[in-house]
This record gives sequence, C-alpha cells and structure tokens, in this order.
Amino acid sequence: MIKSLMKGFSALVLLLSMASIVNATPVDTYEFKSVDNQKRALSLAHSLRCPQCQNQNLIDSNSPVAQDLRLEVYQMVDEGKGDDEIVEFMTSRYGEFVLYKPRMEAKTYVLWLGPIALLLFGGVIGFFFIRKQRIADANNQELSSEEQQELDRLLKRDAK
Amino acid sequence: MIPELGHFSLIIGLAFAMLLAIVPLVGVARKDQYLVRYAWPLSYGMFFFILFSVVALGYSFAVDDFSVAYVAHHSNSELPIFFKIAAVWGGHEGSLLFWVFSLAAWAAAVALFSKGLEEVFTARVLSILAMILIGFTLFMLLTSSPFARLFPIPMEGRDLNPMLQDVGLIFHPPMLYLGYVGFAVSFAFAIAALMSGRLDSAWARWSRPWTLAAWVFLTGGISLGSWWAYYELGWGGWWFWDPVENASFMPWLIGTALLHSVIVTEKRGAFRNWTVLLSIFAFSLSLLGTFIVRSGVLTSVHSFAADPSRGMFILLLLGLAVGGSLTLFAFRASEMRSPARFELKSKETMMLICNLLLTVACGTVLLGTLYPLLIDALGMGKISVGPPYFNAVFVPIVLVLFGFMGVGPVIRWKKSKAGEMKRQLIVPAVIAAVAGLAAPFLADGQFNIWVVFGIGMAVWVALMTFRAAYNIVKTKDGSIDLTRLGRSQLGMIIAHLGIAVSVVGATMVSNYSLEKSVRMGPGISHELAGYTFNYVETKNVVGPNYTAQQGQIEVYEGDDYVTLLRPDRRQYNVRTMDMTEAGIDWGLFRDLYVTMGDPISRTEYAVRINYKPYVRWIWFGSIFMMVGGFFAASDKRYRVKAKSAEKTAAKEADKLATA
Amino acid sequence: MKKLVLFIPLVVVLGMGVFLYKGLFLNPQQLDSALEGKPIPAFQLEVLEKSGETVTNETLKGKVGLLNVWATWCPSCKYEHPFLMTLARKNILPIYGINYRDDRPLAIRELSREGNPYAINIYDHDGRLGLDLGVYGAPESFLIDHKGIIRYRYAGPIDSRVWKETLYPMVQQLQAEAAKDGAS
Repeated sequence: MIKSLMKGFSALVLLLSMASIVNATPVDTYEFKSVDNQKRALSLAHSLRCPQCQNQNLIDSNSPVAQDLRLEVYQMVDEGKGDDEIVEFMTSRYGEFVLYKPRMEAKTYVLWLGPIALLLFGGVIGFFFIRKQRIADANNQELSSEEQQELDRLLKRDAK
Repeated sequence: MIPELGHFSLIIGLAFAMLLAIVPLVGVARKDQYLVRYAWPLSYGMFFFILFSVVALGYSFAVDDFSVAYVAHHSNSELPIFFKIAAVWGGHEGSLLFWVFSLAAWAAAVALFSKGLEEVFTARVLSILAMILIGFTLFMLLTSSPFARLFPIPMEGRDLNPMLQDVGLIFHPPMLYLGYVGFAVSFAFAIAALMSGRLDSAWARWSRPWTLAAWVFLTGGISLGSWWAYYELGWGGWWFWDPVENASFMPWLIGTALLHSVIVTEKRGAFRNWTVLLSIFAFSLSLLGTFIVRSGVLTSVHSFAADPSRGMFILLLLGLAVGGSLTLFAFRASEMRSPARFELKSKETMMLICNLLLTVACGTVLLGTLYPLLIDALGMGKISVGPPYFNAVFVPIVLVLFGFMGVGPVIRWKKSKAGEMKRQLIVPAVIAAVAGLAAPFLADGQFNIWVVFGIGMAVWVALMTFRAAYNIVKTKDGSIDLTRLGRSQLGMIIAHLGIAVSVVGATMVSNYSLEKSVRMGPGISHELAGYTFNYVETKNVVGPNYTAQQGQIEVYEGDDYVTLLRPDRRQYNVRTMDMTEAGIDWGLFRDLYVTMGDPISRTEYAVRINYKPYVRWIWFGSIFMMVGGFFAASDKRYRVKAKSAEKTAAKEADKLATA
Repeated sequence: MKKLVLFIPLVVVLGMGVFLYKGLFLNPQQLDSALEGKPIPAFQLEVLEKSGETVTNETLKGKVGLLNVWATWCPSCKYEHPFLMTLARKNILPIYGINYRDDRPLAIRELSREGNPYAINIYDHDGRLGLDLGVYGAPESFLIDHKGIIRYRYAGPIDSRVWKETLYPMVQQLQAEAAKDGAS
C-alpha cells in the first residue's frame, strides 16, 4: 500500500493532467474514547494540511504521511492534549505550512486584516460616491438642461 | 492525415482571426464600410475552421489514433466512446483547444445575433475577440499543440485518468469554459465602448444579455464541478476552497456584480466606469484562473501538469489583456459627472452596496488564494491558506450582502417613498428572525449562531423576493396581472430564490452532517441518524475497463426498507489505479452517502457512512439561478426588431462617416 | 487629480503581475524543514543489522554528517543508492541511514546485494523518528553539523548535480566550522 503510493506519487505528479493523485478515499476505523474527542479530532485534522500532497487535509488524503499524522492527532486528542499543543507538535516538525488557518503574526497581518481593510475601503468609496450625489442634488434640484440632454443621450441612443 | 488537417485548420482559423483583428479596425479608421463588414464573414470563417479542428481531434480519439501524442496520453481502446470524445477536453492541450473553440463560438454568436446593433460597434467587438483568440491560439500552436505526433506509435493509449471517467467530465468543463470565455464578450463590449468613447445606456443594454449568458454557463460549470467533486472524490465535500475552485469562483463573484451594475447603467445611466471596470476584471479573473490552473504556481488537487514556460506565456497574455485594457480605461474612462441622481434610500444605493460587497468578497478570496505565493515570493517561507480562513472571512461578508440583497428588488429607483419601505420590510424581517432563531432548536436543540444567520438570511431573501414579485404584478386597483412580469424580472425572482435555496443547503449540510467510520462485513450493521445500515455481502463487478468489489448495503429506517447502497472499490486496468465510488441515496432532505475504504480482513472493509442533510439544495439553487439567468437573457427587449435593423442599416453609412 | 484615480486599478494589477511572475520560479511543493537550526530530535533505536544494539541522537554528534532516510519500498532511494555508494567511497563525511518504516530482513538483504554506504543504520520501524524529523516521503537527507544540529534538509534523491551544487559547498563550510571548534 505505502509502496505503491510512494512510487505512484512522483510519477503521477509528472504525468497526470487533472486531479492528479486523489484516488482511493481513506477510511479509518479508529475508535475514539468519546464522541466529543472524535468531533474535536476530526475538526482539527480537517484544518491541518498534508505536507506531501496536492492541497489536501489530513482527513482527505490517502498518503502514508497523512495517515501517520492523522493517527497522531487522534491519539493526542484521546490522551487529552489541547488543540494548541497538537498544533505545536505539528508545526515544530512540518512548519507553518501544515496550518490551513495561518496564525496571526507579522507576516499574516495583511491576510487577516486585508478583508477588513477592503471592507473599509469599499465603504469609504461608497460613502463618498453617495454623498457626492446628494450634495449635487441638494444644490441643484433640477438637472440643468445640458445635463438633461446628456442623460437623454445616454439612455436613448438605441431607442430610435 | 486527419490530425494534420486539424492542425492546419487551426492555423487557418488563426489567419482568419488575424484578419478579423485588423481589417474591420482599419475600416473604422478609414471610414470604409466595406472593410468594416468583413468582420462578419471573417468571424464565421474563424469559427468554422476552429470547429473543424476540434472535430478532427475528436475523430482521432474516436478511431484510437495513438500516433497523436495527446490521444495516446488520454485515451485507450477500451475506453467507452463518450469518454473518448470527452477526453478531447480532458487534458491541457485539448482543453486549451476547447477554450479557443468556445471563444470562436461566442464570436460567431455575437456576429449572428447582433444585427440590431451599430455595425461599427459590433465590428470592434469582433476584432477584440479575435485579438484574444490570436493570443491563445499562438500559445497552443507554439507550446502545447494537441496534434503533435508520437513516434514510435504506441500500441495502446495510457488511458484517461480514472478520476475523469465520469459524466462530470462530459458536461463540467465545457460549461465552465463557455462561462469563463463568455466574459470575454462583456470585456470586448466594454473595450469597444471605451474605444468609441461612448459609455452609454445602449452599450449596457447590448452587453447585458451576453453577460447573463456567460454567467449562466459559469454558474452551471461551477455547480456541476461541485456536484462532481461531491460524488466522485468520495469525501462528501462540496466546496474545498481549493485554488482552482477559487479561480472559477472569483469571476463568478465579479460577474454577479457586473450583472447588476450593468442594469443600473442601462436603466439609469449611472455606474458607467464601474461597469467597465467590472467587465475588465471579470475577464481578467478568468484569465488569472487559466494561469493558476496551468502554470503550477499554486498547489491544487485539480491543476494540470505544471509547466513554467506555459505559465510565462499565459502571464504575458494576461499582462497584455489586462494592462492594455486598464491603460485604455485610465485614459478613456468617462470623466463626465454622472447625471443620474439618486437618494440614499434607493435601488441605486442597494445595487452599489451589493456591488461593493461582492467585490470585497472576491478581493478576499483573491487575497487568500494568492497569499501563500506572495509570502513565498518575498522569501518569508511557506504557508497555507485553507477552508478555515475562507469560511471565517467570506461567510460574514456574504451574510451582510444577503441583508441588502433582500431590500434591492423591493426598493424604488432614485428615491423610495417615505414610510413605504418600512412597511414592506418589517413583516419579512420579523419572520426571518423568528425562522432563523427557531432553526437550530428544531434541528438539534442546540443554539448555533451560523445556522441562525444562514437560515434567517435565506428566509429573508426569499420573502423579500416574493414581496418584489407581488409589487410587480399588482396593478393600481389592487388586482393581480401576471403579464406585468417581464422576463428579466421573472429571471431575477427565480435567481434570487435560487440563492436562498442554496444558502439553506449550504447552512444545513455544513452544520448538521453526521459521519461514522466503521468496520463492516457481511452481517454487520451500524446506525446513523436514525438509519440502520446493514452490510449484506461483497460482490465482484466487472466494468468496461475496470474490475470492482462492490459492497451491498441495505438501509432501513426503523423497520422500513429504504434502499440498497452499492459503493465500489474499482481497480482500473491500464493505469492500475484504485478508485472509490460512493454509494449514494439521494433525497430532497438528506443524502445517505457510503464509501468503501481498505479491506481490513478477508471479508471486512473499513466503511464510511455519511448523513448529509439538505445537500441537494445547494445544486437545486444553482439550477434556479441558471434558469433565472436564462429568462433574463432572453428578455424581449434584447431581441432585435428585424424592421428597425433594416432601417438602421441605411443610417449606418452616415454614422460611419461621422464616427 | 481625478485622472490619477483612474490609474489605480492598473497599478494594483501590475503589482500583482510582478508577484505572479516571481511565482513562476518558485516551487510550491518544496518545503523548508522546520528543523533547520535545531538539534536532532532525541531518539533511542536499534541498529538495523543488530537487533540488540541501540543508537541514540548522542551517537551522531561529533562529526559533520549526512542523515539519509531510505527504505526498500522507495524507488527514488534505489535511484539514489549508487551515488551514495560513490560518496561513501570518497570518505568525505559519514552517511547515517534511517531505515524508515521498513522490513528488517528485506532491508538487510537489499544492502548486502547493492552495497552498504551507511556508517550506521538506524532502524526506524514505526516511523517515529521520521515523524519527529518532519519526514514526508523518502528519500530525504539532513546535513548535521558536529554539534548535532540539523543545518539543511534536502527532500528527494541526491545525485551528483545536487551534491556538487548544493550539498558539498555546505559540507565544506560546516567542516570548516567544525575545524575551528577543534573537532575533526
């Protein structure tokens, strides 16, 4: 099993076109000590990336290293270790790469704060756009004849 | 011989495209109507020769011509015939040919259905489409020809990747490409409008049905892909936030914004620069998607074999298209103050807010998708950005978006009447809030904030859409007149309901899925979500090009027999690959989904059982959206009146003289 | 002023293009090891050839060495093997093997047939050491300095080009450091 996959891996990456290595779906029959443990372990393993594969998490990947790591996560959860501890275990061996949810730190500020900045930026643009309209509106209730013509031209070109 | 003809035909198609890119524009510059009118025959010629080229490749697949490298790598004589044909777009080279073919088909369609438009304008659009086509055809001919021969000729083909041997391959890529490439038409319309300096309502009206058509295809392509991944990959997931999925989702988000912005431009003459920008970005993001899928800069489950030289070429095309169009935009964008005024409480404002939110959502996906690349390029190491990030930032943004989306169809253009809005909003808002709060307690009795907002917003959008429909059909004297409902309004209603349906599906399946991994063999039964799964036996099954062990699992609900599930473990002969094929019992309110894992003992297998509530709703919703988009695109207003077309033909000559 | 605003989209897109261009020359598959700069993880394992004898992380200290993860099920390791034999003959540095998730008799038979380039072979049957080293596939190689610190990780088979261009310059540097510290 491990053999064929390891052998397959490099060859497949080179040769296959789409959807390279996903083939058989992994199913483990690990018995958790409790349902809560299972829930926590699965969600944790879902958020960790298999270091060898093409963008798959530990649950979805059938590669041997993913199997090992998955089992490691399950066992550590059953031993009562905390999420932070398990994440630390993984990153100290495989690096930040395995975290699908990057930590908040200097190099990820842009990533985490970017959406908020974008939202603010969009809000500012929208605000000014609307305000400009309203000021123009307040100053000048009616369109000037020139503007009315322009609007008509814009709206009516193909209506002839 | 046939492959050479295909290759040759592609080159002729390229020659037509080159003429099409030059002749009509020269005609416009020289005010020579004769040259301008060459755009039509050239477009049809281009389409014909590229079509022939695709047919030639399909023929080579059908007759198992393994002397063609692309056929040898993606087919096998044992492959069923429909997969052989679908394999035309199953690999890099062939799918690129299909990309180019889609573009030629769109160009031919524009030529055919644009009789009522100004001739000069359409000619420009066709020239721009031809320029894009030249770029990609050159890319194909220079770096990745599907017609390259192989020597010595192999006796057998290496077979199509078993992952792709599925009906999904037959429909998903063509739909997706037609959608991707369709935005090239909106793009070409925007550029033609910039070139002529006439960003007006007519341009918006002409562009709108094409944008809708592209959007319908893209919606179809994405949801087919999601559905395919759901049943084929065996994980039961429907969206993975993989770079390649994001690559198709970003143009969809911007395309959706564009659909709405173009309405404001058409009806009110406002948002013109914004509509142009969105047209440019929708297509640019399609090109970016092509780059991501084919260059290998990001690791994905779905990407084609990576090759930096290909990436370089696409990046060059991307740079030319986007850089060129944005430069044109910077110089030619309308500086005229928007003459159309609107109040804070108006449809325009709602459209603006939804547009901004869609753009921000797209920006977020873009940021997350490219961030690992950014960090790597700066030499700061390797990081991953995955589903936990996207869910955390994307979901709140779209929830806010749904809030405004509900108001949009109900509120008036320009200025809402005082008090009228409040009266219309209050009842749906209360019902939505109650439904949202009740949902998690009905489901499993535990409070869940995401379910509250998901279901609440879905109900809100649905109710407000019904309210909008009521407003449209009700006449002044209070009776109902269905003829007041135009096709584009009907389309809007159906599509917005589709969003609500999809949101219910996504919320339920994300929060209430159950799964269990168990050891199963004859006589063993397990229970999940009130269903009993009873493993009867394992059968050996022989397919056309694979053999399989198939579990026979009976499902009971209480004492009632529900169904027999038959998950497969297939071994494909040629590529010696193992594949799992899930056994699924689908239902309106839940799917039962079973996959077979590795054998544990001689008779027992590891089996995963999934219970997926409401998962179908995600794709039902997309069908709604597609149908809605189709209705809107086929609105009478966009259809050309034959009479006026003749009349305008006479005027064209004068117009050209003044253009 | 208004004109300049219209150039913003162009500037943003061009900036992105630069990164995409740079991205073409990066390999997203190649990961840096999280262990570079850290000591070899503590372990106590049996020697491949003799089941009673144990090796620990202390055993590997004192000399600049190459730690090579291999297995009989790994085809790239077979490709790499002849080069490791040449390297061992040159006697530049000791090569320590980690026989990773393998079968002992198979591994011993393979070495007796193909030659044994390893000064010490650590038998990591359950892959525990591999896990601690952050190994995600064989072959992988680690350069360790005389203090037992991991200085570099190379994933994939070593051949003469990789050795000449990447590994050997580092080995020379590490050996110079070692000489300065008075070790051999």
